[in-house]
Formats: sequence, C-alpha cells, structure tokens
Amino acid sequence: MLHLTLAVASTRPTWPDILVFAASAAVILVGAVGVVTSSNPVHAALSLVMTLFGVAVLFIEQEADFLAAVQIIVYAGAIVVLFLFVIMFLGVDRREDINVEPLAGQRTLAFVMVGITLAGVIAMLATSHWVTGAHQVVGPIQGPVTKATGAPSGEVAQLGKQLFTTYLFAFEATAALLVIAVVGAVVLARRPALSEREEREKAERDEEAEQAGHDQSERGVAL
Amino acid sequence: MSLSAGWYLGLAALVFSIGAIGLLVRRNVLIMFMCIELMLNAANLTFVTFARVLNDIGGQAIVFFVLVVAAAEVVVGLGIVVTNFRRRSTTVADDLHSLKG
Repeated sequence: MLHLTLAVASTRPTWPDILVFAASAAVILVGAVGVVTSSNPVHAALSLVMTLFGVAVLFIEQEADFLAAVQIIVYAGAIVVLFLFVIMFLGVDRREDINVEPLAGQRTLAFVMVGITLAGVIAMLATSHWVTGAHQVVGPIQGPVTKATGAPSGEVAQLGKQLFTTYLFAFEATAALLVIAVVGAVVLARRPALSEREEREKAERDEEAEQAGHDQSERGVAL
Repeated sequence: MSLSAGWYLGLAALVFSIGAIGLLVRRNVLIMFMCIELMLNAANLTFVTFARVLNDIGGQAIVFFVLVVAAAEVVVGLGIVVTNFRRRSTTVADDLHSLKG
C-alpha cells in the first residue's frame, strides 16, 4: 500500500535532475575528503565550504529552498568564518604532518569500524522498507495553494507556521540555548581577572624577565 | 522530479562515514570539529530527503533546529579551544594529557 502510493507519487527523474545530483554529489564528496585529508586547517575549512555548498544545492533540488538559503548564510557565512577566525587568531594555520600515527593500529581500527557501520547502513537501505512512518504527520510541505494574492502558501509559509505552532516550545528553547552559548563563549574567552597575590607575582616575574633580558643583551654586546 | 530517496540516503551515509573517519583519525581539535559539522550535514540531508518522500514539513523543521544547535555548539567548542590554547599553546588533542595517570 505504502509502496504503491510512493510509486505513484514519484515519476521518473529527468536528465537535469540526474546531472544536478551527480555534480553536487561529486562536489560534496571531494570537499568531505578534503576536510579529512588536508594538512592545513585553512584548506580544511575551505573544503568544508565546498561540501556545505553542495548540500545546499541538494536542498534546492529537494524543494527545501529556505533551508538552502539558511545553510549558506549560517554555515558558510557564520560557522566557517568563525572557524577561520579562530585558526588565524591562534596562528595554527601551518602544515602539520598527518602521516605519523600517534596510536599504533588506531587508523586501521577506525577504518574497519566505520566500514562496518557504513555497510550496515547501506544494507539496511537496500533490504528494509525504510519509509515506515505515516505520511504528513506534521503537515504537507507545500500546504494549500490559494488563489488569493498575498495569501501565504508554499514551503516557507508552511515551515514558519509549524515553527510557531507545533514546535513553539522547541523554538523558544533554542532562543535560550543561543543566549546560554553566547554567555558561555564570553566567559570562556575572557581573560580571568588576576587576584592581588597573582598580580604581585606577575609583576615580580616581569621584573625578573626584564633583568634577564638586560643580562643577555649585555652579554651579547660583550661577545 | 528528483532522484529516488535511496541515492540521497546513500550519499548522506558516505558523507557521515567520511566525517566519522576524520573525527577518529585526525588529532587537530579544529579539524575534528569540522568533521562533526560534516556528520551533522549528512544527517540534515537525510532529514530533508525524508521530508520530501513523506511530504512532511516536520523534517525541514528539524533541520532548522539542527542548524541552531550546530551554531551554538561551534561557538562554545571554539571558546574551549581558545581557552585551552592560551594555557597549553596547542590544538592537538594528544597533547592534552594532564589527567593521564
């Protein structure tokens, strides 16, 4: 029954669809492999942008236009920029040697484990009837298309309606989550205020360092 | 009409595995974070695919929330990385072994 309705709903894909999927799949996979294999963190971040862009294209292909825009704005525009900012700020944008394996056998084990997981997922995809849920639990994607001009219809209106009705509590909770994250980031990144004793010790240390610097420069002159 | 859902789900599974391999193999904390983003994106792609197949907007709403949580997670995670770098001048996970017996 379920399979019948699915078969009726999906017609054969046209060649532009196949082309779009193949191109974005290639972009996504190349970007993903680039993130894992590049030895320079900046290159990894740029590869991540590539993958995110490919995923956004696939969102558009699946009629999730709003999410594609959000994906570009939030992920490529904010998260990756934050990554790049931290990489530059810490000055860790140097090449690192990724050929050394710090823990013997760890790489092989990681590949085997992930291979088993992937094989399990693919086997599940191929053999089971994975579309088990009921259709349209929350609401249809397009919603009722009205003839009246200015009346909201389509996927963005539907998403907004669900966010402010069905998911209202979760939506409010994300607001709280974002505030907590901002406060947490400020607290973490702030330099802790020195206590009186620490301040005195720091002043002494600085003085000693200055003294040592003087000695060194004098020795340098003498040599 | 787009391709059948199986293609999208297979691609998402592949991206998820690449992210998982990166998380397990790489030792740079920043790159490990990027691999987590890869895995989150694979999950998002799965959600959007099921939203299309079942014609249910709930899948897209969940992706919206995943985006918000990912943003919050990156902010706090990078804050921890910066704090740690101040103390130990390293972003390599293997160098953070002060709790080792």
